[in-house]
Amino acid sequence: MGSRRAEKLIRDAQSEAHAEPPHFEGEFPIVVEGLTNRFGTQTVHEDLSLKVRRGEILGVVGGSGTGKSVLMRSIIGLQIPAEGEIDVLGESITDAKEDDDIDIRSRWGVMFQGGALFSTLTVAENVEVPLKQFYPELTPELRHEIARYKVRLSGLPVEATSKYPSELSGGMKKRAGLARALALDPELLFLDEPTAGLDPIGAAAFDRLTRELADTLGLTVFLITHDLDTLYAICDRVAVLAERQVIAVGTIPELLATDHQWIQEYFNGPRGRAAESSYKRGDKLAMDKNARGEA
Amino acid sequence: MREWADFETVEHDGGVVLKVSGPLTVASIAPLDRRLREIEQLSAIDISQVTEIDTVGAWVVWRASGALDASVEGASDKARRLMHAVENAESSADITPPRSNLAERVPQAVGDKVADMATGMRDMVSFLGTAVVAFGALARHPRRFPFLALVRQLELVGVSSLGIIGLMSFLIGIVIAQQGAVQLQQFGAEIYTINLTGRLTLRELGVLMTAIMVAGRSGSAFAAQIGTMKLTEEVDAMRTIGVSPIERLVVPRILAAVLMMPILGFYSSVIAIVGGAFIAHFALDIPFWTFLSRIREVVPMTDVWVGLVKAPVFGLIVAMSGCYQGMQVSGNAEEVGLRTTLAVVQAIFMVIVLDAFFAVFFTEIGWA
Repeated sequence: MGSRRAEKLIRDAQSEAHAEPPHFEGEFPIVVEGLTNRFGTQTVHEDLSLKVRRGEILGVVGGSGTGKSVLMRSIIGLQIPAEGEIDVLGESITDAKEDDDIDIRSRWGVMFQGGALFSTLTVAENVEVPLKQFYPELTPELRHEIARYKVRLSGLPVEATSKYPSELSGGMKKRAGLARALALDPELLFLDEPTAGLDPIGAAAFDRLTRELADTLGLTVFLITHDLDTLYAICDRVAVLAERQVIAVGTIPELLATDHQWIQEYFNGPRGRAAESSYKRGDKLAMDKNARGEA
Repeated sequence: MREWADFETVEHDGGVVLKVSGPLTVASIAPLDRRLREIEQLSAIDISQVTEIDTVGAWVVWRASGALDASVEGASDKARRLMHAVENAESSADITPPRSNLAERVPQAVGDKVADMATGMRDMVSFLGTAVVAFGALARHPRRFPFLALVRQLELVGVSSLGIIGLMSFLIGIVIAQQGAVQLQQFGAEIYTINLTGRLTLRELGVLMTAIMVAGRSGSAFAAQIGTMKLTEEVDAMRTIGVSPIERLVVPRILAAVLMMPILGFYSSVIAIVGGAFIAHFALDIPFWTFLSRIREVVPMTDVWVGLVKAPVFGLIVAMSGCYQGMQVSGNAEEVGLRTTLAVVQAIFMVIVLDAFFAVFFTEIGWA
């Protein structure tokens, strides 16, 4: 890139009308109030409310078809809700126009279930897409360097950097999706079923990675999952979706104290028991968490 | 205004110390990074005045300190944590797979293309063979015949394209008759507009244009449908269940195209003649019904046969290339698009080549 072009890019960036929003300091980066989502005659959410605390990993669980993904899509502005108010990082998503919420999009990262990588770009180029989109003034050298370390930060082997998505396994695609989600050092990270379809070792490694990244980078994580091990191992709090609403939010012991039938079945079923006992046996992570007094 | 990271250099203890200030984040680092890369000597980087830092900021500081052999001072806990994280994640991997230089790449690409064409040709013939075998198997086990799929394809290829083919043919009939009449009028022979329209559409244009339309409408759909099914592993699933994808997917499509093409081609010719008669009625003072009854006298029956013989062959080509390209899809979504385009281009090209061959052939055997 010629230096004149570089200067122009920086000038453009400086003259942009919008100021770079300050780091979010409030307590709740995500606030959902009175959310209603309808598809035709079917109501998925009705008067749903949820608050996500800063710095926590919030697990979202619920039976199939309870609208976990729809909730996430509403929060990130892909689904326009019928009613309700959604604030992300202190800015309203529901009031925003198509162009307005660009700022906020640079402050969250989203990992879709299958990775949703751009299939014609290599993993590194995928990571560079948001960098180019939001910060064209970065030099290509720095952009490449960022892409390289993000790829490794997401737990991918070095060789994966220049591979195309079709050459990656399912687990590696998810990690590559995570690398792209982390490209802009977001404050908020959305993960849609990160461990679905991974082998237990891969799933545990991904859980560990999520926790590590959240702690290192100070992320707030909104995590949709079916994986009880994930809930026990890394989630600070769990939100339960049922009957078109969030019926309970809290730590797992708090949830177990409620007498809602679905919650009891979910955590006290054979799988719930197994996850709990493995958690109590205390793999390293769980111990760490206990030590921090977060469990 | 966006706040940018900034730095100043200070002489200190015989070395140069870099004092960085402002936020050190991805949004604010670009000018600093640019200037930092030009600095050649440094003994320390002081980041105690940094208001905010993320992994990109940590990376830039860490890279500079490594490259210039400078120490980092005044790092906050967070900065230290982030630098540790990026330090462990450093790599020098390629962003894209390495490419060889032009002198090697061009002959390589040409060679690959030729080799691809050869294997493509061979695969296409072997695909035709597979289809024939599938027809044989279905003839021996008629109960396996995918009757419903065939009916559905007949509808998609034939019935639902009647509208667009009819409109196209009507307009082509108008163009031929009108333009032909303008030329023939110079000899006072505009009555031959009827011969021109009737013979041209029945013999050549009706079937040819229909084949092109079917290639664009159905050939592309075949490639895209089968290609998507390959990507979503539906085709593999069929195989494991013991259902032959050739029998279930390819045979009905080929049959539908082969059966429907003569009907559509004939229909197209008829509509084109009606179009010609329509314009002749208004522009040439040849009454509509006179035009139609003259067609019976001036168009020999062999012209109809020429069209009807060509049509199923064209249908076969269109369906074969659509299904073949669909079955060749592997890898990513882009391939579906590429293969679909290829199916249409290949089909139209082969149809036109064969049409030229047929034209000479039929004239030679006396069906002039």
